[in-house]
Amino acid sequence: MSQNEDVIKVENLTKVFNKTLVAVDHINFNVKKGEIFGFLGPNGAGKTTTINMLITVLKPTSGKAEILCHDIAKQSDAVRYSIGVVPQEYTADEDLTGLENIMLCADMYGIPRYISKKRAADLLELVELTKFKDKKTQTYSGGMRRRLELASGLINRPKVLFLDEPTLGLDVQTRAATWNYIKTLKKEFGMTLFMTTHYLEEADSLCDRIAIIDHGKIVVVGTPEELKDSIGGDIITLSIQKNTDITDIIKKIPQVKEVKLDDKTYTIKTESAELTAPLIIEAIRKEGHIVSKLSLTKPTLNEVYLQYTGKSMRDQADESRERMGHGLMMRRPH
Amino acid sequence: MSQENKVSKSKLHGLWALTNRELKKWYKAPVVFVLTLVQPILWLGLLGNALNLRSLVSPDSLALPPSLVAEFTADQLALLQDFISGLGNSMMQGTFGTDSYISFMAVGMIVFTALFTTMFSGMSIVWDRRLGFLNKALSTPVSRAVIILSKVLSATLRAMFQATIILIIAIPFGFAVGAAFTPLSILGVYAFLFLLCVGLSSMFIAINIRSRSNETPMAVMNLLNMPLTFASSAFFPISRMPGWLQAIASVNPLSYAIDGCRQLLINDTINYSQLLFQYAYVGIFAVVLSSIGIILSWRYLNK
Repeated sequence: MSQNEDVIKVENLTKVFNKTLVAVDHINFNVKKGEIFGFLGPNGAGKTTTINMLITVLKPTSGKAEILCHDIAKQSDAVRYSIGVVPQEYTADEDLTGLENIMLCADMYGIPRYISKKRAADLLELVELTKFKDKKTQTYSGGMRRRLELASGLINRPKVLFLDEPTLGLDVQTRAATWNYIKTLKKEFGMTLFMTTHYLEEADSLCDRIAIIDHGKIVVVGTPEELKDSIGGDIITLSIQKNTDITDIIKKIPQVKEVKLDDKTYTIKTESAELTAPLIIEAIRKEGHIVSKLSLTKPTLNEVYLQYTGKSMRDQADESRERMGHGLMMRRPH
Repeated sequence: MSQENKVSKSKLHGLWALTNRELKKWYKAPVVFVLTLVQPILWLGLLGNALNLRSLVSPDSLALPPSLVAEFTADQLALLQDFISGLGNSMMQGTFGTDSYISFMAVGMIVFTALFTTMFSGMSIVWDRRLGFLNKALSTPVSRAVIILSKVLSATLRAMFQATIILIIAIPFGFAVGAAFTPLSILGVYAFLFLLCVGLSSMFIAINIRSRSNETPMAVMNLLNMPLTFASSAFFPISRMPGWLQAIASVNPLSYAIDGCRQLLINDTINYSQLLFQYAYVGIFAVVLSSIGIILSWRYLNK
């Protein structure tokens, strides 16, 4: 297989639930061999539905997708043999030990014992769970369970690994550690990775390319740099002391490209934040208002995300934390 | 392809691994394991002895008034007591086919336990869905039918083991085999249990396969459990039930399995044509229900 061949090809993939709810709406994208492809989007945007179709758990309503040239609907068994899946939930059986869980996975792939025993031991070593392999997984911490899921997802030496929100609900340190494992795994096995995530910093630093999905549609695909460039310039955020709308005042300044008011904070796009900011302050002061807060930023994925989905990633994080707090997660729509 | 990538492409691969996963939850959990053994002791000890029907017709319970006793000679009195005793035995024989209610009930108990074991195992598919294990399993090349079959098989093995324990425990409580009993009868009983459990657990999985909540299937199963148990010959023979109840009990597959097991274990003579019919009935129940289970699994696990 040549370096640039597409490992995942998705054409007009669509999923409609109960004949009315369009969860995924004619999406198109390709994932190249060896890259980490990130799927970003708000809750309910269709990320998990897309992943469930690609891993052959859900049947598409229309459109098609190929993984390593195998059609996900018609050759689902061939797809299943060549992919690994790390689901959003902790799927390991709590009544079994770590080793028993990983061996169960091996058996579901039909891997002969003499191969899987060695492989399971290597993988447990890799995710540093060898010491705990004979302990029931109910005694594991969140980070350990996530690592076990990772190891289980690799037992069949997949060529493509699907990770559905692999760091959801983990604390900052464990998240960072999990990402280190994922990077090591990618390097070691030369896999192609497809992942969904809520965390922009991670998508930014890890993903080779990102697709932003909203309301079941892909709004933009590109490398993090391309996406940031597409914003077109720097961003000034400011707030004033009084609660009056001064959008029109700011708009009059020629260097200002765009102004958005969101929760008493003005987000202003301009070519160069350093040069435009003094002009804005001057204009506002002339109208008798006082600037209370001001910051200049070079574009990040957060701005990209806001631009394309109209939602800030901050609200997302709160939402997902709330969801995690509700114990069992029940979010797969059927 | 290198040897490292060798995999079994058998349609049934993973069956034992998934079955063993369910069984481990039971035999590796000492508390659960011991409780499944204690439960039949309690049932047999309490219900079997509390409902000591044999004692209803005995010289003690049918004591003659003292004025009447005075009119008989000691010999006549002994004869009368023998007659009452004999009447009791023949009443038990006529109604239950054995003169010990414990023996009658123990056979009902093994089937009743099978019902309970399969019922709870039917819930496990709901848990697998809720905890995400089902999705994980569906993303592997394991066959959809194997996912269902593993649950059926684990419930069946577990129920068969528990039935064995019940029969062993019943012996000190007074369980006695009938004249027609041979060691081969035990295999016959296992065959009945196997067929019944396959049918029942397929049925409970079919009830649960679409559900994501615990409450609805629990309610449905509790509702089913009562008529399945008591509108059967588990604790009382069908022939002595009122007509309308007989009609229900005589379509209940549990009755056929129980009556078949009783023929093999505690009756003094075996009616082979009846036994064959009982096997056929329970067998058809198993085949129909497990086919429904597999068809539903294809339909709902392949959305």
